[in-house]
Amino acid sequence: MTAPPSAGPLIEVEHLTMRFGGLVAIDDVSFTARSQAITAVIGPNGAGKTTVFNCITGFYKPTIGRLTLRSAGGEFLLERMRGHEIGQKARVARTFQNIRLFSGMTVLENLMVAQHNKLMRASGWSLLGLVGAASFQRAEAASVELARLWLERIGLLADADRPAGELPYGAQRRLEIARAMCTEPVLLCLDEPAAGLNPRESAELNQLLISIRDRDRMGVLLIEHDMSVVMNISDHIVVLDYGRKIAEGAPLAVRNDPAVIRAYLGTDEEALDA
Amino acid sequence: MGPRLPLMLKDAGLTAFVAAALGIFIVGFRTVDQGGGKGLGFDYHLVDLAVAVFVIFIGRLGLSMAANGLRWPAIVLGVAMMAAGASPMKLPSGFLHWFVALGGVLLVIRAIWPWANDAMGVAARTPSGVALGKAGVKWFGWLLLAAAVLMPFTPFADQKTMDLGVLILTYVMLGWGLNIVVGLAGLLDLGYVAFYAVGAYAYALLSTQYGLGFWTVLPLAGMMAALFGIVLGFPVLRLRGDYLAIVTLGFGEIIRLVLLNWFDLTNGPAGIGSIPGPTLFGAVFAETPPPGKQTVSEMLGIAFDGNHRLIFLYYIILGLALITNLFTQRMRRLPVGRAWEALREDETACQALGINPTNTKLTAFAIGAMFAGFAGSFFAAKQRFISPESFVFIESAIILAIVVLGGMGSQIGVVLAAVLLIGLPEWFRDLGNYRMLAFGLAMVLIMVFKPRGLISHREPSIRLHPAGSGGGG
Repeated sequence: MTAPPSAGPLIEVEHLTMRFGGLVAIDDVSFTARSQAITAVIGPNGAGKTTVFNCITGFYKPTIGRLTLRSAGGEFLLERMRGHEIGQKARVARTFQNIRLFSGMTVLENLMVAQHNKLMRASGWSLLGLVGAASFQRAEAASVELARLWLERIGLLADADRPAGELPYGAQRRLEIARAMCTEPVLLCLDEPAAGLNPRESAELNQLLISIRDRDRMGVLLIEHDMSVVMNISDHIVVLDYGRKIAEGAPLAVRNDPAVIRAYLGTDEEALDA
Repeated sequence: MGPRLPLMLKDAGLTAFVAAALGIFIVGFRTVDQGGGKGLGFDYHLVDLAVAVFVIFIGRLGLSMAANGLRWPAIVLGVAMMAAGASPMKLPSGFLHWFVALGGVLLVIRAIWPWANDAMGVAARTPSGVALGKAGVKWFGWLLLAAAVLMPFTPFADQKTMDLGVLILTYVMLGWGLNIVVGLAGLLDLGYVAFYAVGAYAYALLSTQYGLGFWTVLPLAGMMAALFGIVLGFPVLRLRGDYLAIVTLGFGEIIRLVLLNWFDLTNGPAGIGSIPGPTLFGAVFAETPPPGKQTVSEMLGIAFDGNHRLIFLYYIILGLALITNLFTQRMRRLPVGRAWEALREDETACQALGINPTNTKLTAFAIGAMFAGFAGSFFAAKQRFISPESFVFIESAIILAIVVLGGMGSQIGVVLAAVLLIGLPEWFRDLGNYRMLAFGLAMVLIMVFKPRGLISHREPSIRLHPAGSGGGG
């Protein structure tokens, strides 16, 4: 696979440390992720991958460290922003390990909620919307169009008016990605998007992620256990173990890195002990 | 039927025996003061007990028949009980009439329930049945509206019915207002009555102290209640679930205690009286005009009738309630309304999508409070006297019960629940103290048969494919 055209770092994670009381979940981790590239964060269970994500997306405030996002919209220091501002202003979108759709609302409504901030402005903070202004109706129609586009890409157009909770599992995973994309982000963070998918669905997911990178020219940050996903589509891999970064590089280099093999398969001593 | 009948009779006999054993001390005799220094004596009510035990025997027999598929005998028994209850036959107490009749109704419902359930189940699986159900809900709303608008011109519109109509509509409006907060935004507010009180006192004080009219104060009262909603909401809306419920409960009590104790402003427990009623283009509803004013009967050239005021009040609250409804329906289709529902579903996901949870909750809280403020100033204008007594916790609880029983977020459900919860206890006043029992029974029945509220259907706020065309399954 050819590497996509390179760009400057989209997000720069410097000396990220997160402590919960005495527990050091992440210890001085630094890495960068580029735009138009898929960067995977891998590691054994409990390595601190999701904690890194939660720091980047504002669900945790890091104990130490700087998270800089540089995009066309400007430069943002994510660690200083309030939770929802990271989505609203810095335009970082994420999905969750255990799917968090608005399950009682329809598929289309889920994608409309994702465009909330844009539509709020268009509806004049509801005042123009209440009187049914034409400008708001145009903005809403445009949002529906964007939603329709994504529903076509993930193959859920026919299910647009069904409650999201009724969809099969794989479809819910795709819908969550589409919902994140409808916020028109610059960085998409996916927390184990292939978890629970069968091989066919997993292959479809790969295609979707590649198209998000190449067609939408988006930076994708990915946590994944499924090595077929990670090795096939990642441009860059960061390996964490016990909260520390133990390796970083292109897929092939990481795969053959002794430190990584040790982290995943155990050291010789441990093998002897067992 | 043969072999099972003795078993059923035995079962019913056992139930009747248990009822008799329990009832003999509760119903069978009471101690009464015989007067004249003779101390306490017994007053026997054995006939009451016998009738009640007999009814329980019949009822239990009917229930086991229904459970064993013998529908028709069960229905016959139920109808017989209803007839006995409604008949002029002399039973020892009025309550027994109700007891027998309601028992009969329950029995018939139990007997036809499986049929109705099957029929509904079949209907819900065919597309035409689904469409019919949706159309039914829609047309039902319009029918209710027509009935509400025409009600004052029907022969039933005596003073008692109109009073009840005004009361029900007030609760419908409060229910619709709270539906924004609880049903749409999912914020459990146990102190909603506080904003109702703010609206009521705002009108009472501004009209009696500064002579402002109802129509001037109405928007002010709404704004003041909304302001209170924002002031309260700002610190507490970062709490979730149960914590928010407790804090709003406390806030509701604080408002009531302030009203009770701030004597200089609110006149304390004595309340505020002689609050002017609403005017119609400046004319007042009275037999003789106050100085410098005109009465409505003079203005319109019609004879004075005490009911006119009531009819006017009825249309005001109907109008206010409809405004609440239209506003809510409209907001649901706007981005902010969708964000409310999304917050109810998953706050964490909302935050990840860049939605400001605090602001979004605040708008729901403030708008809900605003409608309570409108309703409050209407209440003050209708009663012409208010005191902190009217704004106790049970009011919040009733409004919340209306929203929950109606089916969270359903507008028609709120109407049905308000009629049920406010109307029935009033109509059944003859039941005396037992009406609260009937009230509780109705709530339990709804919770058993309709755990998601009377109307649990949710209409999407926006559709990609027009309703009725394929797509969903």
